[in-house]
Amino acid sequence: MAIKSDIIVHRVDALVAGAGGAGLRAALEAGKQVDTAVITQVFPTRSHTVSAQGGIGASLGNVEQDSWHYHMFDTVKGSDWLGDQDAIEFMCREAPSVVIELEHMGLPFSRMDDGRIYQRAFGGHTSKYGTAAVHRSCAAADRTGHAMLHTLFEECLRCGVKFYNEYYMLQLITNQGHVCGALCWDMIKGGFHLFHAKATLFATGGYARVFTTTSNAHICSGDGASLALRAGLAVQDMEFLQFHPTGILGAGNLITEGVRGEGGFLLNALGQRFMETCAPHEKDLACRDVVSRGIAEELRGGRGCGPKKDHVLLQIHHIGAETIMERLPGIWELTKVFAGVDCTKEPIPVVPTAHYSMGGIPTNRRAEVVVPGADGPETVVPGFYAAGEAACASVHGANRLGTNSLLDLMVFGREGGRRMAQYAQQNETWPDLPENAGKQGLAEVERLVNGGGGVRLGPLMEQLRDDMERHCGVFRTADDLEQLRGKLAAHRAAYAKVGVADKGAAYNLDLIEALELGHMLDVCQAICQGALARQESRGGHYRDDYPQRDDANWHKHTLALLEPDGQARLEYKPVRMQPLSVPTIDLAERKY
Amino acid sequence: MEKIVFSILRYDPEKDKKPHYQDFDVEIRRPGMMILDGLNQIRWEQDGTLAYRRSCREGVCGSDGVNVNGVNMLTCVTHITEVVKKGRLVIQPLPSLPLVKDLVVDLDDFFNKYFTVKPYLISKTPPPHRERLQSPAQRKKLDGLYECILCACCSSSCPSYWANPEYLGPSAMLNVARFVEDSRDDGADERLDMLEDRIGVWRCHTILNCVEACPKSLNPTQAIATLKKLLVQRRF
Ligand SMILES: Cc1cc2nc3c(=O)[nH]c(=O)nc-3n(C[C@H](O)[C@H](O)[C@H](O)COP(=O)(O)OP(=O)(O)OC[C@H]3O[C@@H](n4cnc5c(N)ncnc54)[C@H](O)[C@@H]3O)c2cc1C
Ligand code: SF4
Ligand code: SF4
Ligand code: FES
Repeated sequence: MAIKSDIIVHRVDALVAGAGGAGLRAALEAGKQVDTAVITQVFPTRSHTVSAQGGIGASLGNVEQDSWHYHMFDTVKGSDWLGDQDAIEFMCREAPSVVIELEHMGLPFSRMDDGRIYQRAFGGHTSKYGTAAVHRSCAAADRTGHAMLHTLFEECLRCGVKFYNEYYMLQLITNQGHVCGALCWDMIKGGFHLFHAKATLFATGGYARVFTTTSNAHICSGDGASLALRAGLAVQDMEFLQFHPTGILGAGNLITEGVRGEGGFLLNALGQRFMETCAPHEKDLACRDVVSRGIAEELRGGRGCGPKKDHVLLQIHHIGAETIMERLPGIWELTKVFAGVDCTKEPIPVVPTAHYSMGGIPTNRRAEVVVPGADGPETVVPGFYAAGEAACASVHGANRLGTNSLLDLMVFGREGGRRMAQYAQQNETWPDLPENAGKQGLAEVERLVNGGGGVRLGPLMEQLRDDMERHCGVFRTADDLEQLRGKLAAHRAAYAKVGVADKGAAYNLDLIEALELGHMLDVCQAICQGALARQESRGGHYRDDYPQRDDANWHKHTLALLEPDGQARLEYKPVRMQPLSVPTIDLAERKY
Repeated sequence: MEKIVFSILRYDPEKDKKPHYQDFDVEIRRPGMMILDGLNQIRWEQDGTLAYRRSCREGVCGSDGVNVNGVNMLTCVTHITEVVKKGRLVIQPLPSLPLVKDLVVDLDDFFNKYFTVKPYLISKTPPPHRERLQSPAQRKKLDGLYECILCACCSSSCPSYWANPEYLGPSAMLNVARFVEDSRDDGADERLDMLEDRIGVWRCHTILNCVEACPKSLNPTQAIATLKKLLVQRRF
């Protein structure tokens, strides 16, 4: 066979895994001070951040008066009080500075008449503690992610950051509690590369690809969470997955909330604006979990549109073709291609779509990965950092506000980069590699390629994603989740028999997808068991059999660890209610 | 069920001396199937060794430029029915670029040319405390330039790019224009100097293949024309 088991070793101070917004922001910061390498499975500008549409949240106050206090309040409330308030305060305070920094780097923001950055309204963002909607989302038309990712990559080029593009990470390397790098596979030529690093940061993105109807790219398979689990670390709050209310019917591709921010609204088959009843105050701009459930209720109640009553309509044409083409040109293109609809003339058929992973690798507000301490307070894993959708800081808690992800990438990417550089400078020597470093990742590739099982991975992956969608969607019950758990066990058994058809070293996509399927299985296990255990409804996790939020029993973070038999073991930790400089925002009922 | 033949150029560097075509039947299982859906169907159900790039599946990441029935395009946003001819799609990798495997090409040269043109904001004044101001009219000049997804559909369709290994190509030059036109940028001179070279704008013979190929409806030829004009103005 063509795959050779030699491992080439590279030594770097800082290793960044992932070249989306979080990874590039971290690399930029670390790269200024220490020798930094970025590895990424796709060329940097092909990372999923490129898809982000609506904008990045910051209380610049360009349209009306705004402050980080309001932003913080909205974020805590949006999180259904599961977010950690110290991290949230930190993020909202830093927001204006990271946005201004991006502007200085050259990000082509849309502009207001006076030349300042254009800001639009978004769900759940208010001023004066929920009293009025506010324009907080800093946008480059509806291509903010593209503009951000390209700008950051350009800046990395200027600063000479070293990239290893189309390198797929196989294993996180640890030794005696220290993280000391990662094993990767060169997708173009084949071959194993071990990056021996003083500090390693995971910015590998989310896991919403585990559902059939999703806004996510093919590569969003939760690799980071899974690799952390396999290294014996915990992942946090995985059951909290955000369903975005407006995905294009049939395709799942996203229609940004910015459409409703610009004045769009939802209609059921009777032509009613049903959000006026679901959320009398904020209506179509209530939080995503609220609007998604609003839509799902309409569909359950038989008020869906079309012959199958399987969707609702999103209307935007009343704001006029000219405004649409200026502010939402990408949406016009997407609806044309994927729905066959001209949104300057007719409404768009939409359904909720799996969109964002609130859960991930637990970190503190310094982007340092944490584990539960032996007796009580959590401790930092030396040399390990995480940022962006792969991480759980936790600033989004049970439900993320729109525009807060891009913000999270910038704030915690920058912070993680700084901390990595500091750590690498403080430690003159590299942590020792364990004996046979990378053996596990290498063995997995060899098993998949050589162990010619008869199961094809495509149909298995489709089945897995269908099962997640059926049993673990917007509405969940114990019964459904129990069934899912059984199916996951069967899928795991089937996965052991997956054979990779391609035996070659060059661009072996079959191998990569087989590895990704393995990661998806780990992630689904944590989602399923976390959801089954959590007998309450909070944010993105809604249990039909436990429709109330239950603070007495469930105001806590879930931690999941992976057992050798593939089952998850659950632990819990408290929510951090103490902000850095302001009083706690106390638990309250969440109404919009 | 309706079937379409995908005739795909295959090449495995470890086995094949040269590329060859292989036919696959793709079932049209739902309306609106994209070429990418067809490729996935083949790989998942018929032949796992087929290699191609893809990620976002919505036309924004630029991974999946290929040549279908003679025209460069993205597989993820092209409906099969839109381009099928006599029940058949002939799918090749982007022309003129070195092959890695099947539909995957080596883009190093393409990216190196992009890196050469200093595709980043060059500002010679210290940034203000807040954002730099830019009027909507100034910002509008970037529309049609900043949206490039680096898919290489344009450059790999350009006869001058094929013929002159040194020629920067339409994508790199569109990216020059993206910065030269930015009211916040002070790097025009450095970039234009580079274009005066033989590898620059004068190699473009306005054949317009690039405009036809661009899946984002951008117009590299126009961008190149703007740069030519700036260069001429600079001489006087
Ligand atoms: C359609 C859409 C619109 C959105 N709009 C907005 C918005 O307007 N505002 C907002 O705030 N948020 C938005 N979001 C959410 C936001 O875009 C994402 O959460 C965010 O971009 C994630 O960035 P990231 O840097 O964490 O990861 P990503 O951008 O997903 O990058 C992950 C990186 O990790 C690499 N990687 C992954 N696994 C491996 C591996 N095993 N080996 C090597 N490399 C690996 C990939 O190559 C990639 O470079 C949107 C999301 C979608 C889908
Ligand atoms: S117009 Fe110029 S750049 Fe475009 S294809 Fe023709 S020669 Fe190439
Ligand atoms: S100009 Fe168009 S075709 Fe060329 S790389 Fe950019 S997006 Fe692709
Ligand atoms: S897969 Fe991203 S452009 Fe086609």
